[in-house]
Amino acid sequence: MSVIDEKSALALHRATLSNGLRVLVVPDPATPVVGVSVHVDVGFRSEPEGRTGFAHLFEHLMFQGSESLAKLEHFRQVQAAGGIFNGSTHQDYTDYFEVLPGAALDRALFLEADRLRAPTLTQENLLNQVDVVKEEIRLNVHNRPYGGFPWILLPPVLYDTFPNAHNGYGDFSELEQASLDDAAAFFDTFYAPGNALVTVHGDLGTHGVDGTLALVERHFGDIPARDVPQRPSFAEPAPGAERRRSVTDAHAPLPALALGYRVPDPAADPDGYLAHAMLASVLTDGEAARLQRRLVHTDGLVTDVSAANGLMGAPFDSRDPDTFTITAVHPAEIGPDRVTAAVDEELDRLAEQGPDQAELDRQSARWAAALHREDDRVMYRMLGLGARELLYGRAELTLELPARLAALTTTDVAAAAARLRSAGRAVLTVEPASGAEPEGSAA
Amino acid sequence: MTATRTHRSAEEIGRTERGPRPLPGLGTTAQVPLPEVVTETLPNGLTVLAARRPGVPLVETVLRIPAASPEPVADAARTAGTEVLAETMLTGTATRDRVGLDDDLAAVGAELGVAVDPEWLHAGGSALASGLPVVLDVLADVLTGATHTDSEVARERERLVERIAVARAQPRTVAREALMRRRFGDHPIVSELPTAEAVAAVTPERVRALHADTVVPDGARLVLVGDIDPAAAIAEVARRLGHWSGAHPARRLSAPPVPRAGDLELVHRAGSVQSQLRLTAPGVDRTDERYAAFQIANLVFGGYFSSRWMENVREDKGYTYGAHSGQEFVPGGAVLGLDVDVATDVTAAALLETRYELGRMVAVPPTEQEVESARQYAIGSLLVSLDSQSALAGTLSALDAVGLDAGWLRDRPRRLAEVTVEQVTAAAAELFAPARFTGVIVGDAEVTGPRLEALGGVVRA
Repeated sequence: MSVIDEKSALALHRATLSNGLRVLVVPDPATPVVGVSVHVDVGFRSEPEGRTGFAHLFEHLMFQGSESLAKLEHFRQVQAAGGIFNGSTHQDYTDYFEVLPGAALDRALFLEADRLRAPTLTQENLLNQVDVVKEEIRLNVHNRPYGGFPWILLPPVLYDTFPNAHNGYGDFSELEQASLDDAAAFFDTFYAPGNALVTVHGDLGTHGVDGTLALVERHFGDIPARDVPQRPSFAEPAPGAERRRSVTDAHAPLPALALGYRVPDPAADPDGYLAHAMLASVLTDGEAARLQRRLVHTDGLVTDVSAANGLMGAPFDSRDPDTFTITAVHPAEIGPDRVTAAVDEELDRLAEQGPDQAELDRQSARWAAALHREDDRVMYRMLGLGARELLYGRAELTLELPARLAALTTTDVAAAAARLRSAGRAVLTVEPASGAEPEGSAA
Repeated sequence: MTATRTHRSAEEIGRTERGPRPLPGLGTTAQVPLPEVVTETLPNGLTVLAARRPGVPLVETVLRIPAASPEPVADAARTAGTEVLAETMLTGTATRDRVGLDDDLAAVGAELGVAVDPEWLHAGGSALASGLPVVLDVLADVLTGATHTDSEVARERERLVERIAVARAQPRTVAREALMRRRFGDHPIVSELPTAEAVAAVTPERVRALHADTVVPDGARLVLVGDIDPAAAIAEVARRLGHWSGAHPARRLSAPPVPRAGDLELVHRAGSVQSQLRLTAPGVDRTDERYAAFQIANLVFGGYFSSRWMENVREDKGYTYGAHSGQEFVPGGAVLGLDVDVATDVTAAALLETRYELGRMVAVPPTEQEVESARQYAIGSLLVSLDSQSALAGTLSALDAVGLDAGWLRDRPRRLAEVTVEQVTAAAAELFAPARFTGVIVGDAEVTGPRLEALGGVVRA
């Protein structure tokens, strides 16, 4: 069976405006909707010390109006055009997007350009959005079991430096101290046109590629160029040994654990990096996967287990350093060391014998179908194209993923397993507040 | 202003020399491209709906079997039994074990899942289109031959008990259970999540008996959407699933009672830093002549981001990350639901604003601009929301479940376009009247209770 994507024939058109703004246009005549996104090259790894959560807070401020649009008008105009919108903050980038009927392309470009040119930053909106962000954090972290597990809780165990280790959602006290001048400085530094990428994907209507590029030029072209910040390296040494930390969760009924590992640089060694994505699938995707069989069904050690390459759940979503995670929820009577020992045994077996070819073929077919399914929506494909273009200068990675995963060999995956076993790692245990003390936890 | 600053001030950033610019107009929104749906009922009673939507080389499979309890009231043992049934359906047949089933599916890039709720048993997933025969073969195998072995039932029971504990630790699950009880009393529709005690008591014999009783073709509906030839796909279904038989037709859920207006019930959740407000009132069925007007009125109230309620409690007051109103369809009708999660210390304030916005729907009718914005959103977002195989398959299946076809969907933009402001005004005044509502509030009752009770219309559970 062929798992190669016929859709990889999608043509990518690139341009750079005189102010430095990069543009990616990817027409898809098969859909009646169009997406416009702006990816800005700043994520929570770049926010200043003492201002945790600022990149995400700033993302909220970008929806609060701009020179041509009063507060709330951005939302209203996207929705009155029949569109949906959102934004999200990642380790190394922040994205803003809207998806609308193709007829609204001109309006969508106007709306994105207006706020990249002249957003309305006011004290009132800042205070209001600090409150909204605090509610978002209460909703997703403080008031629910396993909130922030593992993406907030694991990095401070695996990493030492502030950019890699801190909480990207932010501490309440630091969010409350954020000032309007902090916001102005952040915008002027990071939201320069030369630090951003506009992606247009889907139905270009009668505009065509050239007409769309002309529209982009018309709306974004007169944003003055500004200096683009020098991006620091976030590299830090991999841990040489195992590091452990335990946290208490007031709402969790069962203990949980997360293992964190460092992976190869996705830009310098994309196939080595992808071998880890395939390893994650071999370990936990599907009933026949190694850890599902061993931990869930044969030994009954855990309730559920999952593995992923990439802290936010998708591969190629950040620059180096990036994280491989294995997470599990388990009964109170099972100590975390029994779970980690079983994981180690399965990784050792894979490192020595590798997966078999049929096992890899099945996981490649699943990846191909899952990626097709994700790409069946303009929104996801656009966001994938934009993120990879911004991070690696290669939107093609999105289209190549199924074929690259299918080309991985059993040796590649065995090497990934061996790599995890030969380096240090982070072990995070989550304990219910009222639960019994499990064995083997260290504070 | 300091001399050393290297960036512009917020005020300087917000304006340019040229000044504000005019918003470009919109072109004409395209028609929703809906494929022809081919429908056929097999001799065993299974109805198949198939549609070609190429896009990506996949096929989406959605099977619904009406799976209502024969009892007139919620039955904890049956809810637990069908949940274990769903969890063990893919753990083995006479010819394939758990791993064998998964291997065969994975080989064609397929995922298959089984889930159950008080109304339906769902089986479905997606696969590379070329793998459709394999998916149908596996589906037939588990529908007709799942063995629910003693050991698999025992293991899935253990896991379910643990998963139920995790689910009930989620505030939204607590709120959902309380809301469903408030709405429908002890009608079987309230039993969405089983109790751990009832799950622990489920025997393998009971699961196998429930399979024979519930997993029947007569009345089941299978939707296939993807890069397929509909006629060939239906022939393939007939070949693979034609021998599936059952002793009786599938059982439809009876209509639950219409929710009665009344106080909100305050449910205590220790240690909550937020409260879940869930208000509800009778809704409007899709076939009701007021439906399109109601839809627009709902968007104006709280059905999208640019709604009155959202703009008030989030963008003005900062009480919440999100507020949302919308409908759920139930046998015989629909229920309107309002949900918002807010910080504990503003719980009473958020309830006050919610009631204020409901009252405003009656006293201050939607403006022409509000109606137009909501109308354009409803029409345009339909195009966006149906732009994938999985979304189209899910929508077709949901409509088919209540006897509506793709023609109804095709005609929806026209119905939305024809609604008048007067009709929306009438629907808003009638359906959002505060006196129609009841509901629940889940949170730290020790902190929120005094103010809520002083505000009135709130009673402790």
